[in-house]
Amino acid sequence: MMRQLSASGLMICLVVVCAVGSDASAADVPAKERFTQEQLNFFEKSIRPVLASKCYNCHSARAAKLQGGLQLDTRSGVMRGGDSGPAVVPGKPDDSLLIRAIRYTDQDTQMPPSKAGGKLPDDVIADFEKWVRMGAPGPVGVAPKTSAELNKKRAEQYWAFQLPKKTKPPTVNDSAWPRSDIDRFVLAAMEEQKLHPVRDAEPRALLRRVYFDLIGMPPSIEELNDFLAECGKGPQERQAAYTAIVDRLLQSPQFGERWGRHWLDVARFAESTGKESNNLFPTAWRYRDYVIKSFNDNKPYDQFVREQIAGDLLDGRDAAQHNERLTATGFLALGTKNIVEKDRLIFRMDVIDEQIDTVSRAVLGLTVACARCHDHKYDPITMRDYYALAGIFRSTETMYGTEGRKNKGTNASSLMPLADESKPLPAPTKAVAAKPAEVSAKPPKKKGKKKRKKDDGVQAASNAAPTTKELAHAVMGARDAKVVDCPIYLKGDTDDPGDKVPRGLIAVLTKAKTPTMPTTDSGRLQLAQWLAAKDNPLTARVMVNRVWQHLLGEGLVRTADNFGATGEPPTHPELLDDLSVRFMDGGWSVKKLVREIVLSRSYSLSTSSDAANAEVDPGNRLLWRANPRRLDAEAIRDAMLTASGLIDLKPPSSSMVAAVGNGLASKYSHKFTNAQPRTRSVYLPVVRDFVPTSLEVFDFAEPSFVVASRGVTNVPSQALYLMNNPFVIEQSQALARRIASVPNLSDLDRIALAYQHTLGRLPTEAERIRIDAFLRAELGTAPRNSKRSSASTEDAFALICQSLFASAEFRYLMAPPNDQSPGQQ
Amino acid sequence: MNSHRPFDCVAVAPQPLSRRQALQTASAGFGWLAVSSLLAAEKSAAKPNRDPLVPKPTHFAARAKRVIFLCMQGAPSHVDTFDYKPKLNADAGKPGGKGNLVGSPYPFQQHGQSGLWISDLFPNLAKHADDLCLLRSMTTDIPNHPQGFTMLHTGSTNFVRPSLGSWVLYGLGKESDDLPGFISLTPPLGNAGVFGSAFLPAIYQGQRIGALKETEEALGSDAVNDIRNPKLTPERQRRQLDLVQAMNRDLLVATGGDSEVEGIIQSYEQAFVMQSSVPKVMDVSKEPQAMLDLYGVGGKRTDSFARQCLLARRFAEAGVRFIEITHGGWDHHSDLKARLGKGCSEIDQPIAGLLTDLKQRDLLKDTLIVWGGEFGRTPDGKGGDGRNHNAKGFAMWMSGGGVKGGMSHGATDDYGRVAVQQPMHIHDLHATILAILGLDHERLTYEYAGRPFRLTNVSGIVAKDILA
Repeated sequence: MMRQLSASGLMICLVVVCAVGSDASAADVPAKERFTQEQLNFFEKSIRPVLASKCYNCHSARAAKLQGGLQLDTRSGVMRGGDSGPAVVPGKPDDSLLIRAIRYTDQDTQMPPSKAGGKLPDDVIADFEKWVRMGAPGPVGVAPKTSAELNKKRAEQYWAFQLPKKTKPPTVNDSAWPRSDIDRFVLAAMEEQKLHPVRDAEPRALLRRVYFDLIGMPPSIEELNDFLAECGKGPQERQAAYTAIVDRLLQSPQFGERWGRHWLDVARFAESTGKESNNLFPTAWRYRDYVIKSFNDNKPYDQFVREQIAGDLLDGRDAAQHNERLTATGFLALGTKNIVEKDRLIFRMDVIDEQIDTVSRAVLGLTVACARCHDHKYDPITMRDYYALAGIFRSTETMYGTEGRKNKGTNASSLMPLADESKPLPAPTKAVAAKPAEVSAKPPKKKGKKKRKKDDGVQAASNAAPTTKELAHAVMGARDAKVVDCPIYLKGDTDDPGDKVPRGLIAVLTKAKTPTMPTTDSGRLQLAQWLAAKDNPLTARVMVNRVWQHLLGEGLVRTADNFGATGEPPTHPELLDDLSVRFMDGGWSVKKLVREIVLSRSYSLSTSSDAANAEVDPGNRLLWRANPRRLDAEAIRDAMLTASGLIDLKPPSSSMVAAVGNGLASKYSHKFTNAQPRTRSVYLPVVRDFVPTSLEVFDFAEPSFVVASRGVTNVPSQALYLMNNPFVIEQSQALARRIASVPNLSDLDRIALAYQHTLGRLPTEAERIRIDAFLRAELGTAPRNSKRSSASTEDAFALICQSLFASAEFRYLMAPPNDQSPGQQ
Repeated sequence: MNSHRPFDCVAVAPQPLSRRQALQTASAGFGWLAVSSLLAAEKSAAKPNRDPLVPKPTHFAARAKRVIFLCMQGAPSHVDTFDYKPKLNADAGKPGGKGNLVGSPYPFQQHGQSGLWISDLFPNLAKHADDLCLLRSMTTDIPNHPQGFTMLHTGSTNFVRPSLGSWVLYGLGKESDDLPGFISLTPPLGNAGVFGSAFLPAIYQGQRIGALKETEEALGSDAVNDIRNPKLTPERQRRQLDLVQAMNRDLLVATGGDSEVEGIIQSYEQAFVMQSSVPKVMDVSKEPQAMLDLYGVGGKRTDSFARQCLLARRFAEAGVRFIEITHGGWDHHSDLKARLGKGCSEIDQPIAGLLTDLKQRDLLKDTLIVWGGEFGRTPDGKGGDGRNHNAKGFAMWMSGGGVKGGMSHGATDDYGRVAVQQPMHIHDLHATILAILGLDHERLTYEYAGRPFRLTNVSGIVAKDILA
């Protein structure tokens, strides 16, 4: 593991360097400094990793303090050298200071120092000597870090900060293979590496895949059989039937429940504050439903973003839309909050920090919050940028509730009242619950020199809890407060304010035109419009990448919430750009994008492996096969409920948390962790620290963080859950009853039916025999049974059904045994 | 980590092999041989190892293999327990701080060869003086319980960060296949910072057993989620599991030895073992009476914490990496004499019993015991019988694995108000604990949100003088 760590640390360094180095064009390089690919490979393989792990801490652009003026992360830095002169004399190892230093021959300069691990192994030193003899090959043409300005210039050319460009799809050798432009991009990249796509997925596997991907549930036996029947008629019929199914699934209300949940991961949706006191958010479910509805309505993504950042500032057409847009701003209010924090200003700045972090990572794929305490170490984001954004949020009042006696803490706020939808749009709204109009924040306890001034965004707690009725007409969200600029807090310390920064956006991304901030409003509307504009280089790319990731298993940028220098560059940059441009031009339609991807041939490949491809591209970066994927927590649970027939597809009218109302989450911990309603899993309560066991064991997104991609683990707690949890047992028994209720079936028929309900296929002969043997053994040992009673048969079948739920195949989308013979009932 | 080419990515690959070997052992008799030849052809580079709990090499030689953290919630007074302040008693009643100085109601004596000063509140523990390393210059950031408690556990007051136990498990992996690697007995409810893994993979979070202030029932053998089947005998469940595993092995073959499927097969075998091993470790009914008496199980005041200490020893013995047990009620703003006396009488014998027991089993040498709360208390207080919160100076202690016994590290001023010699911040405590386990706190990092994170953030100095 530690080795892996150092390897990943190394990757960061490489990426940083590549990011800044990638703009060098060969044309600028003098001929004598052009190196062969082999020489460059040698540098990359044997020299740069050592530099990165042993030297860059003190001698690179990322060094906190550059030591000796020597910068080793660019070739020109090496050549220019540091305070003692050039580090390397090409071709002359013995004259090169760097070589002398690593040989430890000089008393004065011995590198790396002991704290970096001391003298390098002899073979590594020999590599360095060889490297110098070669002429010190390395990527050239990049100036070393001399000033922040230069850095910024370089950063402006970073790939993700350029507007995406439409590219003509490449021509491919195998012109019969592609079905769409996506396929041409994907196949061209494969052909370049002499890879070949594997065969198409079997119809059964494809249908399960697209059902789980689009609606998070398996197809029914009938739906599967109908599709297989069409497939039997020929390839055209197959594609037509498939397209029709895709279109139907896109229109299904379950689509929004599936895709809304993906966004809820990103939006760190939860129904309590988390942290120490963990107060409940009894109206958070409205935001959940808003997200689900937005995906079902195929709301244009740019509008979706604008509503969540500034819905309160957008005019609603009527009361319903007004309410919808207020609810959308719940996005800003749902974050973790340390309600018991006694210093109001610290609390406020923590809330703002959480908002900046969420907005920047969710929408832009950038980690802006690093700049709270210092300029970003890797990306061109400064403290000025951070506090310019902070000013916008400081001019915003975050409304999250948590008032009243049942709660705890000094930082409660009120909620936003919803308009009566039966009436015309009302005048601007005021907060629910008594809000003392003018309350000063408490003076700081520390130092106590100057009193902290009243800050309109900071509100005192009210003891008057909203009534249940009021809660039913109120929602979490945000609204404008007194407009203020935020000072830079040195090292993020609120006791150390510096100059105030005018409210604004991220400088490096607004080089074309910087919108001026209004003096009358917070600037949130301008922020929202800028985020969702076509000339924002990141917003469309980040969303397209998220959609791609959910359908293909990995994003085109594999670090889906980090498009910065420490993230990975895209595997298919032109494809990402092309899709992004068309996404924007096509009205930011998520459904259209999903449709195009799932209808591509690239999506429809089998998960089967291929030795030759795997040799070249073991990580399947070039998409030569479908990634085998594990179902996520919700899909596993929903698939069990679907098989058992107990699923209730009707969305609940609110949430278990709303039913509890205001209060502390810990009082209801068991209620939440053991929650097992028969509704779809997206409607389970998501209370921080008390996530339902059924979701938690299968790597549910930690609701305190922006989660772009969930983990996948295989751990004993999952096995314990599937073997012993009452919910799983209940579903197994219900499925057994469901099967038993079909008249005139033999045991073998019933076994087949159990397979179809759970795995969507018929058992093989060997499997039938195995299950039958299990059945016999069970019946032989069932209590007080000599003759078969129906009860014990059903018990035995329940165990069989549970075994099928527990099988690896149930939770993985991958080729099952004997995938070739799908068969029909 | 070996310093020779630590950056060589190829060196990362071999791990799946050992996991496969482990599986071979675990699933012998389940047709392993039938698929092993297929596995040999597997492209091991294709997938990362998804069993992140395999034991991992340390950065340098470890002094201890596991930790038992005796967490005292509420911030016990240091000047009445392990930080002897004769001048405080001499000046009692004089103005100081926000009130008058409060002398300690309990006398101190010197103990053992080392002559450590320990309050009479710990007659049993004092017998172990020569095994104790008193840390008398602790500091933390914020003297509020929630923030202080979170700081103690995660190194951060305001952010959701992984807990100390999660970092330890992440750094070291598991010692036992049969049990969770990180167990938190009776943690205070609602504060996941105590056992949460935050952005570390969920697998590193602590297994929570029972909750503070719940009865001993909470520590019964059913305290772990889904640890037993409500209907099946172990024999019948084994038969069912064999069926599941037969299906899984088919899939393993069909996929050419997919590492995920392999991981699932292994998880079932581990779970099946855990079903018997966890309740077995938690069942103290077969402990001889003398052992129960040693800890104080059944004692009027000691019973609850004695059970926790005994369980902690049983978990430690069974190979759990990080065990935390909690004792609450140390927030003595008033009624100091009576409440402090009661609290100490509840923990003194159990902790002494734990040390004795670990020593007689030769486990103390590689088990690190840490005792302490989120901060300390002021030398002054209202009404002469209470103390307020103090983050600037307080005491903790360590014992066992790799720590010098019979010594004290650092010092506060004459009244115990501020750490003046060798101040040891919580970050330093964390750095030191990791160092004792063989982990370099600066190298134990996790990539999240585009940057590497550490338990100690950008701080942390190892207290080298306490290392044996």
